[in-house]
Amino acid sequence: MHPAYSVILFTTASGAGYGLLALLGLTGASHGAASSSAFGATSMVLALGLITAGLLSSTFHLGHPERAWRAFSQWRTSWLSREGVAAVITYVPACIFGLLWVFGGNETLIAIAGYLTALMAMITVFTTAMIYASLPTMRQWRHFMAVPVYILFALATGAVLLFALAALFGRSGIPALGVITIVGLGLAGLAKIVYWAGIDRMKPKYTMGDATGLGGTVRQWEVPHTSENFVQREMGFRVARKHAAKLRMICLALLAASLLAVWAAFSMGGALAPVLAVAAAVLTAVAVVTERWLFFAQAKHVVMLFYGEQAV
Amino acid sequence: MTTLPDTSKPGQKKLGLVIDLDTCVGCQACATSCKEWNTQGYSAPLTDIDPYGPDPVGAWLNRIHGYEAGEGENRRALHFPRSCLHCETPACVTVCPTGASYKRAEDGIVLVNPDTCIGCKLCSWACPYGAREYDADDGVMKKCTLCVDRIYNENLEPEDRKPACVRACPTGARHFGDLGDPNSDVSQLVAERGGFDLLPQMDYKPVNKYLPPRPRRSDANPVPAAKLETVGKADGSVTERFFSWLDKALS
Repeated sequence: MHPAYSVILFTTASGAGYGLLALLGLTGASHGAASSSAFGATSMVLALGLITAGLLSSTFHLGHPERAWRAFSQWRTSWLSREGVAAVITYVPACIFGLLWVFGGNETLIAIAGYLTALMAMITVFTTAMIYASLPTMRQWRHFMAVPVYILFALATGAVLLFALAALFGRSGIPALGVITIVGLGLAGLAKIVYWAGIDRMKPKYTMGDATGLGGTVRQWEVPHTSENFVQREMGFRVARKHAAKLRMICLALLAASLLAVWAAFSMGGALAPVLAVAAAVLTAVAVVTERWLFFAQAKHVVMLFYGEQAV
Repeated sequence: MTTLPDTSKPGQKKLGLVIDLDTCVGCQACATSCKEWNTQGYSAPLTDIDPYGPDPVGAWLNRIHGYEAGEGENRRALHFPRSCLHCETPACVTVCPTGASYKRAEDGIVLVNPDTCIGCKLCSWACPYGAREYDADDGVMKKCTLCVDRIYNENLEPEDRKPACVRACPTGARHFGDLGDPNSDVSQLVAERGGFDLLPQMDYKPVNKYLPPRPRRSDANPVPAAKLETVGKADGSVTERFFSWLDKALS
């Protein structure tokens, strides 16, 4: 599949935003109002800013962005529509939570709004993942780890952002946050390893004989058009597959480096902690973009059986 | 609405095409007449970008592949037209977030409403048959309409109320009709010739059917090549031997 930059930017940026939002909701639910309104406001603006920027970038690849509002209507059958609805609904508890948490409100109300915000943020990430995982045309996206990977990467990137923010406000030593960030990064990396091992072991499900109904060995001797058409450009992307093994190692190495930087910042503290924590956030961002890019580039679409692929 | 209509009731009309892979000659008449009709019809325009340049790209609703298939003496090259199969359970419809993509309850035709399509391309990802092509200039998805603007069009002569591709086919390899009616000509043809579905394992339940190439005839009794070479009767007579000698001398 062709990895559209707007879709990669959307799934990674809004994923990180929703991860951060969920963790802020849980923080508020367990600790009451934000430790300082400056910290609260900065982190809420970052979370909602990333989410909004991601959602806006997802409309850039539309042929008619001005009609995007219509996408809220078909939630009965369409995961893309459900995602749109979930994304908009999440703003309601998130804004209420943000106001209560930053400006100091009733603890029970903060807890209710915090839990609701965390729940809606995770539901939204789940619906994003289901857009891909529900398509029968790509076995790599049907893998049972596809959805958990989206959720774990959202939480891990959100946790690194929260850790970096805390470190910038001089609070790199919060035990719960340090543990959640390190465990989150580790789990995200492990989940991705399981996913990659899984799709490498998968056997092709359909052959060119199945697609054409002609059975046996089928060979294409003539393509229908002299230059690539939309179907080949969108579904036939194969440029990066040859670099897949290297890119996977780069992604895992970046996650490992980020994990070490968080651990160092957490255990040493001091003036270097904010630098290390921000570096960890940058490394994780590059890792998640690489991971998402591979998610698209390595998905093989069934339609390519009509264009000479022998088995998919 | 992207919720699919109930097509399970008996007598449900299922309009579609039956394509004969035995007689298709790959002349592209169906593809070009489709393009010509639909660039001014329901799906208009079907844009071509850089049509005379080095890298043309454009939306076409019908593509003709060339494949080689079969075993032994039945292995042969054949032409394979590919367009929307108007599936009974099309994921391209259910994934659509806006309801622009829909399946008609009255005849099963799958259409895109060009006024509400947002051009997200998700339907093209959901289709295993590559039936949908994005028109980058128009910003919406294009697909076969089964010439919905011809088949019911009373301004056309009755013989023209067929999809443009069917009307154009010079070898009669394309048939149009109601595949929901077991007594229709197309259903009879499918039963008689062993018509098949593409990728039935994926359970999209295509309405369009393909007819397989006929096996090579074994009862044709070809004249042995040797006989054509014999001049007169091989009876050993002087005349026969003379002509044999003459034949060799001249060869």
